[in-house]
This record gives sequence, structure tokens and C-alpha cells, in this order.
Amino acid sequence: MIARFVSPRIEGLAALLAVIAALPLALSNNYFYEVAILVGLNAIVCVGLNLLIGYAGQISLGHAGFFGLGAYGSAILSARFDWPPLAALAAATVAVALLAYLIGRPILRLRGHYLAMATLGMGVIVSIVAATEDRWTGGPDGMSVPPFKLFGATLSGEGAWYCVVGALLVAAVWLSLNLIESPTGRALRALSSSEVAAEVSGIDSARQKVLVFVISAVFASVAGSLTAHYSGFITPSKLSFFHSIELVTMVVFGGMASTYGAVVGAAVLTTLPQLLTVFKDYEMVVFGAIMMGTMIFMPKGLVPSIGTWVGGSRARKDLR
Amino acid sequence: MGRRVARAEGPAVSLLRTEGLSKEFGGVCAVDSLSFAISPGRVYSIIGPNGAGKTTLLNLLTGIYAPSGGRIFLEDADLTGRAPHEFAQAGVARTFQNLQVFFNMTALENVMVGRYRRERCSLATALLRTPALARAERACREEAAELMRFVGLAEWLDARAEAMPYGALKRLEIARALATQPRMLLLDEPAAGLNSAEMRGIGELIGLLASRGHTVVLVEHNMRLVMGVSDHVLVLDYGRKLAEGTAEEVRRDPRVVEAYLGSAAASDRSVGSAAASGGSVGGTAESVAPTLH
Repeated sequence: MIARFVSPRIEGLAALLAVIAALPLALSNNYFYEVAILVGLNAIVCVGLNLLIGYAGQISLGHAGFFGLGAYGSAILSARFDWPPLAALAAATVAVALLAYLIGRPILRLRGHYLAMATLGMGVIVSIVAATEDRWTGGPDGMSVPPFKLFGATLSGEGAWYCVVGALLVAAVWLSLNLIESPTGRALRALSSSEVAAEVSGIDSARQKVLVFVISAVFASVAGSLTAHYSGFITPSKLSFFHSIELVTMVVFGGMASTYGAVVGAAVLTTLPQLLTVFKDYEMVVFGAIMMGTMIFMPKGLVPSIGTWVGGSRARKDLR
Repeated sequence: MGRRVARAEGPAVSLLRTEGLSKEFGGVCAVDSLSFAISPGRVYSIIGPNGAGKTTLLNLLTGIYAPSGGRIFLEDADLTGRAPHEFAQAGVARTFQNLQVFFNMTALENVMVGRYRRERCSLATALLRTPALARAERACREEAAELMRFVGLAEWLDARAEAMPYGALKRLEIARALATQPRMLLLDEPAAGLNSAEMRGIGELIGLLASRGHTVVLVEHNMRLVMGVSDHVLVLDYGRKLAEGTAEEVRRDPRVVEAYLGSAAASDRSVGSAAASGGSVGGTAESVAPTLH
């Protein structure tokens, strides 16, 4: 009864919740917590980005820009104007949503490589502004960000952050699963498969693309704001082109059009570099080899491919 | 109110009407100042030789192409220059000659997409999946399943679209188009690529749609299918209206025979079949003619 109202995919959410709840047993020190929190924050961005790339079939090579705008928006409002962090986060999110709408309307008319170029350009502009407007952003040296406060209490300590980020990740996954199974979600999946057929079915594809672009930008912005407060310091590297590529890679690696795939992709690609430090100088070589191997042997990405191997078509459908 | 009464009394009020509709591609007139009207509740076929402009016309009638000239009316509403989704929302649905199925979904979801114009909800509703939406979704699923059974896809209810055979996908597109509850259904070569048994099945389905009061616009190469189901036939040649009338009238029209078989064959036929028994030209006409019957 409750399941019917809570989620169409209650089992998957329960599994995610169980993993998040059980993980602290394995996190023996603060460094592990730190990695887990970064995984969670990246996963929130990827769940949103997957709605755009995986489901709606539109590429963005500029999402680190939205992530960075959220981060710098929060940082500047709370550090330079003494806004309460929650209000700063909300204001930054609204601003990013508005910006994504204004940018999305003209550039989402473009397709394929052209859309990739346009979003890339957008990301580059944002990162240049962050690096040059040092009066506000501290320039390439970055700026420090005050700690996050919730209802007067300062959010500090790895455990508390872990709980907040974990809860937000579950919420992000829940929202994403709901959206995909709704008429809007079907419209997005339809236009990624055949835009002309979606249009003649009554779907305003331009509007739907802008909508999902804004949603994914909001996910990135919220995660960016929290990342800034969590690490207490922000530099332009967080909104660089390379971070955009990293985010897209996480989505593709985990499995496009799979919400859990986005989470797994973020988890693997955030932790892998940490694990591979044992290879010292050859770290990046091994990292690259793992990436290539996965894409050759699991072209659909980690989660969908494993789903197909394990349970045939039924599992593949359920892992969406 | 008064208008509705007038419409009911009128002899033949058109559902869709074009006035001087034209489409040019770089100086080539694919559709050339075409005016015609489609009555509701009929099967209206558009035929013509290859390159006559049939598919261009269908793309104009669904907003995929914007016309270079002329106007399109759905009853009293002027739809000229509107986007495809606006045509769909006004009640024009279509299928595609080259399948445009959503292969990333199940068959049932494909049909559910067709219900979008009645199911769409606010973003907040979609994100939070309100109980009302959950209920609407169950009803939507049920109606989509009902439509799949109607077009003869009962055995494919749980299938993924990518796993379905070609003939079933043709029917799936019809189910998706019907799910929009269209006032007019445009079928672009529904029999192309089908074997004769499947083709008969599509013919029966079109007949069934007509008997339920649907307005069907059929673009088709297969003359046996066209002649069997059509109430009215429009013949295009070089983007212009060549002939128009019932299937029987069109079949006898010497201009139509000429367009399909060439002038020699037409003159053969016009002077009677006696002349056809002789030369090689007559032989050609004889061998091609069955496609017209």
C-alpha cells in the first residue's frame, strides 16, 4: 500500500538505502568518509545528468559549469554577503535554473556534435569568468567557504555530512525514478529515440528538452553548493572542462538510461583513482585501461550490461 | 451551438481542407497548389507514381514541413505553419513509412506515449508521483493494452519494441497513433514490406477503423489494398491533382492510366483491348495492368 505511493521501484531504493546505511561499518576513518561523501555528491550530479544524456538523449559537455555556478553562488553569497548557507544554496539554485533555461532555449535546438560544442562553450565561459573575476571568486587561487548551517546548527563532522548527502542522494534517485515513469519521462525517452514520432504524438520536444536541461542543471547546482560548503574551499578546477568530461564519463561508464547506473558510475570513477594510487606512476595508464576494457566488453555501461548477464531481459528492464 | 446544427445538416462538411497548398524544395515543386477536402468518417486514399509528392503532402498535413504556400484547415482552425505537436494536439495522428518506433521502450510504453496529450502533467506531479498520477498511469496502461488488443497485438503486450517483428511494429505504430484519440489518422504506406497475408490483415484493420467512424487518410502503393478499402481516392502526379473520385472512377480515368502506365498504354486502353493483343506495347500494359485492379 505504502509502496504504491512511495515509488514505482521500491526494491531498488531499499537496496540503495541499505547500502548507504551499511557502508559506515566499512568506513574505518575520516578519509574513507570523505571519499564516500564525494561519491554521493558526484552521484547526485550524475543522476541529474543521466536524465539529460541517458533518457532524453541530449549531450552536455558543460555541466561542471552549473556545478561550479552552484558552488560559487553559495560561496560568494555566504562568504561575502553573510547570507545563511541554506538561503545562499536556494538562491544559487534558482539562479542556475533560470540561466539553464535561458541558455537551453537557443542551444537545445542544436543536435549531436553541435549541441556538444555549444554546451562546451558555455562551460568554458563559466570557468573563465570564475578564474578572472578574482574580486568575487578569488581567481585561480580559489576562495574559502563558510561551513554549512542547518536551522542554526553548523553541519560539521564526516558522519553528519555523510547522513545529509546520503539522504539527498536517495531523494535524487527517487525523484529521477518517478520522473522517468511519468508521462514526462516517457516523452523524454520518446524524443531521444525518434524526435519526429514524439512530435506527431503531441510532444513539444523543444520544451521537454529545455525542461530536462534545467532539471539536470539544478541537480548539479545543489551538489556544487554542498561540495563548496563541505570542502570549505573552492577553486575554478571544479568547473573546468575536464570536470564536465569526468561527469559525462561517469554516466556513460555506469550505463546510460539507468539511474542506478549513474550512481554506480559515480561511485566507481570517484573511488578508482584512490584505489589505483598503489600503481604510483602507472596510475593513469591502469585507469585508462580499465575504462577502455569496460566500454569494449560492456558497451551499454556497467549496470545495464551486468543486468543483462545476470537476469536476461527482465533484469535489464528492472534496472532502469 | 448554432454552428454545430448547421454542420449536422450540411451535406458534406470537410474535416480537413487545403487551399492552394504548395511545397518547393530548391525550385522543385514537390506539391503544387493543391486544394482538396477530406470528409469525416471516410477512408481517403492518396495515390500516385513514385515522386508524385505523396509523402511530402503527408509531411505537410502533419506539420513536419511548413508549406511554401497555401493553407491547411482542420475544420475551422487554420493550422498552416504550426509545429507537428500542435497538429497532433489538434487531432492529426500518423504512422511512418519507415518505422519510427521508440525502440528504447516496451511495446505498451510506445502506445502510452500516444496518450501524452491527455496524460501530461506538471513537473512537480511527475517528480513526486502523486497518488492521482499513479492512478492515471494505471488507467493509461489499461487503455494502451486495450488498444494493442484492438490492433491485434495481444501477444506482444509485455514485449520490448526491439524484439518485435516488422509486421507487428507496423500495427504498433497504428496503436500509438490511435492512442492520441485522433480526429484524423494518416497512414503512410502501412502495407509496405508486408507479405500478402499481413497486408490483408492491415486492410481488415483499416476497414475496422472505418466502421468505427475513424477518418483514415491512406497513402499506399499497393493498389489492391487501396481499391479495396477506399471511399475516395486522390491521384497525384508531379505534385498536382491528377484525378479524384471513388476507387472505380479513378481506375477508369484515362489520365490515371497514362500516369501509371505511360501514354502508349493509355491510348491502347482507350481504343479498346483489341489493339492490345498485338504489339509489345500492349503486352507491357497487360503485364502492369493487374497492379491497378
